[in-house]
Amino acid sequence: MTKVNVKLKINGDPYELAVRPNRTLVEVLRDDLHLTGTKIGCKTGDCGACTILLDGKSVCSCMTLAIEAQGKEITTIEGVGLSYDKLHPIQEAFVNEGAVQCGYCTPGMIMSAKNLLDKNPKPTELEIRKALSGNLCRCTGYARIVKAIEVASEKMYNTQK
Amino acid sequence: MAIPNFNYLAPTTLKEALTMRVSHGAKSSIMAGGTDLLIKMAHRNHHPEYVIGLNCVADINYIRYNAAGNLAIGPMAKLSTIMDHPDIVSHFPALSHSSGVTATVQIRNMSTLIGNIVNASPSADNATPLLVLDASLVIMHEGGEREVPLHEFFLGFGNSVMKPTELIKEMILPMPGKNSGSSYQKISTRSKVDIAGVCVSAFLTLNDAGVITTARIALGSVAPKPIRVPQAEQVLEGQKPSIELFRKAAALSREEAKPISDMRASADYRKAMVEVLTIRALEASLLIATNKTH
Ligand SMILES: Cc1cc2nc3c(=O)[nH]c(=O)nc-3n(C[C@H](O)[C@H](O)[C@H](O)COP(=O)(O)OP(=O)(O)OC[C@H]3O[C@@H](n4cnc5c(N)ncnc54)[C@H](O)[C@@H]3O)c2cc1C
Ligand code: FES
Ligand code: FES
Repeated sequence: MTKVNVKLKINGDPYELAVRPNRTLVEVLRDDLHLTGTKIGCKTGDCGACTILLDGKSVCSCMTLAIEAQGKEITTIEGVGLSYDKLHPIQEAFVNEGAVQCGYCTPGMIMSAKNLLDKNPKPTELEIRKALSGNLCRCTGYARIVKAIEVASEKMYNTQK
Repeated sequence: MAIPNFNYLAPTTLKEALTMRVSHGAKSSIMAGGTDLLIKMAHRNHHPEYVIGLNCVADINYIRYNAAGNLAIGPMAKLSTIMDHPDIVSHFPALSHSSGVTATVQIRNMSTLIGNIVNASPSADNATPLLVLDASLVIMHEGGEREVPLHEFFLGFGNSVMKPTELIKEMILPMPGKNSGSSYQKISTRSKVDIAGVCVSAFLTLNDAGVITTARIALGSVAPKPIRVPQAEQVLEGQKPSIELFRKAAALSREEAKPISDMRASADYRKAMVEVLTIRALEASLLIATNKTH
């Protein structure tokens, strides 16, 4: 059960490191690569704090083995912004609409929102709520998060036209 | 909770995976999406020395018709693909519904239909739809392959006929005849995300005279394994659908349900809900079966 060499592509950048097979992607992101934007809540797939995109689809990085993330495009919250100091419209809307309180759920929420809007640019309120069914927030009561995603959708949709 | 260490094996074909299964047997586990397996390992309920990941096997996430005209589903087909697949939406509505209400968006993006079944959990969301759709599993073993109907696959809680030296190659769904409909009905304490407290699926086929020629009913979370209810099915077959007939079948389903009380629901409540959900599932199946005739 020795370490194995793993090559990961995260936010477009290549990384190579030796990991034990039981290491999850979130552990490697946070502890080895210091990409600490992705959070850990439950480690059992329930809370969504660790949500990232794997080949464009939202998954729990706490239940993804790092070894199995090889050869896939990994996007974390650090890679969502348009550039280092330019927020993504979803991030901007979360800030402007007051959708962030303690902020612990926010990276996961934003990844889930991106997973939704990439597929469905104009979701209804119900579709937004369903898309967030795998993300828990202890602070906001969700209303402002839903609003932020509506605002982001409008902004992205209009500017895309 | 940390996952204990293991040797990770990465076969690139199912044949290679089978060879690994044969040589490591009970010391090995197949990993598809890992959403069940990794939790069991983290909770120390399961300690495989070898994890055989299907992640590197190419082209096994298919959903396609086979030579016999039936739908074949590969071992890496994810629930998120199944729920939206046009052939599943139009011909297997109970399954498109159940896969869409299993777990959360993230878990559906990770987890497979076959992984949901292999666990043989009595509350697996997709078990009762697949039972009424008459699904079967193709099991690979050292000497070749065998096809096992799903109702013979489950033995008891977490127990199936699959041996530790075997693996599932694919699932087969026979194409329903015309005038057919199916439905999945679930009750859980919290939202849709929760594991089902009780679930019921039904399937009906009518002939052109409007008589029920095939009826199947399956119940989840009311016995150590997901079960069919032949007594109720026989009452329906050969009859014209009516609410009285559906009530009779539902009462028989309730009788056959042998649930326990646990944190999700009491036994009495589960039995009562079996009756309600059986009627709902039959009515919804009938609606689909008769709409298709127009
Ligand atoms: C947060 C959370 C919520 C959940 N909610 C639900 C829910 O609402 N409803 C529900 O039914 N389930 C739920 N589950 C359970 C689980 O997600 C599903 O059962 C899922 O479909 C399992 O698929 P998988 O591909 O991840 O399986 P894995 O974990 O990869 O495998 C499951 C089992 O099947 C075996 N296996 C898989 N593929 C094969 C094969 N081809 N051949 C032989 N053996 C195989 C594995 O060895 C393992 O024992 C939930 C899980 C989590 C973490
Ligand atoms: S930490 Fe991954 S879902 Fe909670
Ligand atoms: S803002 Fe605190 S958990 Fe959501």
